[in-house]
Amino acid sequence: MTTTLPKLALGPILYYWSKQQVEDFYRDVADTDIDIVYLGEAVCSKRRIMRNKDWFRIGEQLQARGKTVILSTLTLLEAASELSMLKRLCAESPFLIEANDIAAVQILKELGKPFVSGPSVNIYNSRTLKKLSESGLIRWTLPVELSATELAEFQRHRPDNVETEVFAWGRLPLAYSARCFTARAANLQKDDCQFRCLDYPDGLLLSTREDEAFLCINGIQTQSARTVNLLGEINRFSDLGVDVLRISPQSSNTIDIIKRFAAVLNEPQSPTRFDTELESWMPTAECNGYWNGEAGMERY
Amino acid sequence: MELICPAGNLPSLKAAVDNGADVVYIGFQDDTNARHFAGLNFNDKRAAEGVAYAHRRGARVFVAINTYPQVGAFERWQQAVDRAARLGVDALILADIGLLDYAAQRWPDLRLHLSVQASATNPASLRFYHENFAIQRAVLPRVLSVKQVEQVIKESPVEIEVFGFGSLCVMVEGRCLLSSYATGQSPNTFGACSPASAVRWKETPRGLESRLNGVLIDRYEEGENAGYPTLCKGRFQVQDKTGYAIEEPTSLNTLSLIPDLMRIGVCALKVEGRQRSPAYVKLVTRVLRAAIDAAKKDPDGFSVDAEWMASLQQVSEGTQTTLGAYARPWQ
Repeated sequence: MTTTLPKLALGPILYYWSKQQVEDFYRDVADTDIDIVYLGEAVCSKRRIMRNKDWFRIGEQLQARGKTVILSTLTLLEAASELSMLKRLCAESPFLIEANDIAAVQILKELGKPFVSGPSVNIYNSRTLKKLSESGLIRWTLPVELSATELAEFQRHRPDNVETEVFAWGRLPLAYSARCFTARAANLQKDDCQFRCLDYPDGLLLSTREDEAFLCINGIQTQSARTVNLLGEINRFSDLGVDVLRISPQSSNTIDIIKRFAAVLNEPQSPTRFDTELESWMPTAECNGYWNGEAGMERY
Repeated sequence: MELICPAGNLPSLKAAVDNGADVVYIGFQDDTNARHFAGLNFNDKRAAEGVAYAHRRGARVFVAINTYPQVGAFERWQQAVDRAARLGVDALILADIGLLDYAAQRWPDLRLHLSVQASATNPASLRFYHENFAIQRAVLPRVLSVKQVEQVIKESPVEIEVFGFGSLCVMVEGRCLLSSYATGQSPNTFGACSPASAVRWKETPRGLESRLNGVLIDRYEEGENAGYPTLCKGRFQVQDKTGYAIEEPTSLNTLSLIPDLMRIGVCALKVEGRQRSPAYVKLVTRVLRAAIDAAKKDPDGFSVDAEWMASLQQVSEGTQTTLGAYARPWQ
């Protein structure tokens, strides 16, 4: 049996960066070997430094460099205005859309457009995957709390023409809320948040009272403090028929991380050869418990 | 507006029915429901007794099968749907797309409700579940303001039920993995948050400590009330501050909003707490029944009775309550 190695995707920027930082970041990304780039705002509708036209422009530039571009959409929709924004984005996007809520699934189905699903779309069994493929799903992302064993079971029954993506690098997106915890940390109300997220390009660390780095506050989203790195599993990914590995952007070293992933995909013989270096680029420490069927924060 | 009350066992179900619940919702004794706790919930025999008890008294019974069927174990959830259907319950409360698909095909006449665990917060999502599975009602996550609930109701193809009282998830239900990050078990995968098996209490020179799989969730000084170490309600450090960085131990209490919720067209008010005692169920059912009846009789003259408030305060987490996302401070 021949196995093919997965492609590399860069997930959407989950933090709030300045426009300059975003522009500079994607200029550098264009020079890498990344295959797929997700653009857009998936966390908070108040983050509007980048407008749709800015994302479309960056997307065209990346596409001109041979990248496949996908536009990400909001995970939590509360106000009617957010739903209208989502509808407009789905209708106007020249690129494929990543649905992060069932609202996007429905809207894209109504538009007759195919879509991919992000890690917050709850696909926990094969019947759900099949049903969504009937609505136009062409690639899904494994929920981050599921394991290699569970993925193997999915892959056995995967519908034809549906690709599988795995969140392979980054702080794990764990929860979403009506409340903004970054604003709360600054004693501000959400509707007067003063865009404090701009001060924390990798989120705001939440530690236990014995100084154990535990979670990472990113506006209305809560992430793990630890970073997942599944590059060492590359041979297992090909055995399992995983099509795409997702790298979630961080404010520094993302380009280096992409390069190490690409190097291992070119020569997968000793996939852990960059591990020490990769670990030095994590904001706190590594975790890979979920992939191994344990608590997400654990490390194996 | 109907009153929907929780029951983790037969005495609680009877307490709910006897004190004015229109509907009681229950779960089976396994990980097919989001209150998968030891010693809680119904086997088929108890469930049948409960259904008969409720129906004889004009109340209805819903069954929550609202965790996500795990890949390779779908049959257990499928069987739960079949068992509930054969018990003659009045509706199933489901979250998973695959399971909704099964239930809609296998039991086309059975009423399906969308669980809060499906995280559906907007009319487009509701349309998906309505078109695909003919759901007739959805329970909204506790993330919307009253105005946002009203907007959803205006465009929703289905009836809308909301939470009225009980322990509060500050995260969108169905999209919170904090518990499995710390313990390996989450509401989605296991039907429990911050599971008791992972909890450890220890007296230390610095105070009483609660841990979840080793992670320090809180530490209590002499005289402080210690609460269950639900992960999001612990005290943590952010920058140089120590405190409830995510949420305080508090319960949702919508007594003062009942006339508004009726006016905007909420069809049912739900009480959280299948894990709580029959005494809790009795007290909360009684208070909310009185409040809903008062609001129906005279919506404009409605005021919250001080005794109702005091009763609910007693059974609230940290003995404090909040309007949660319904009110502006959260938005």
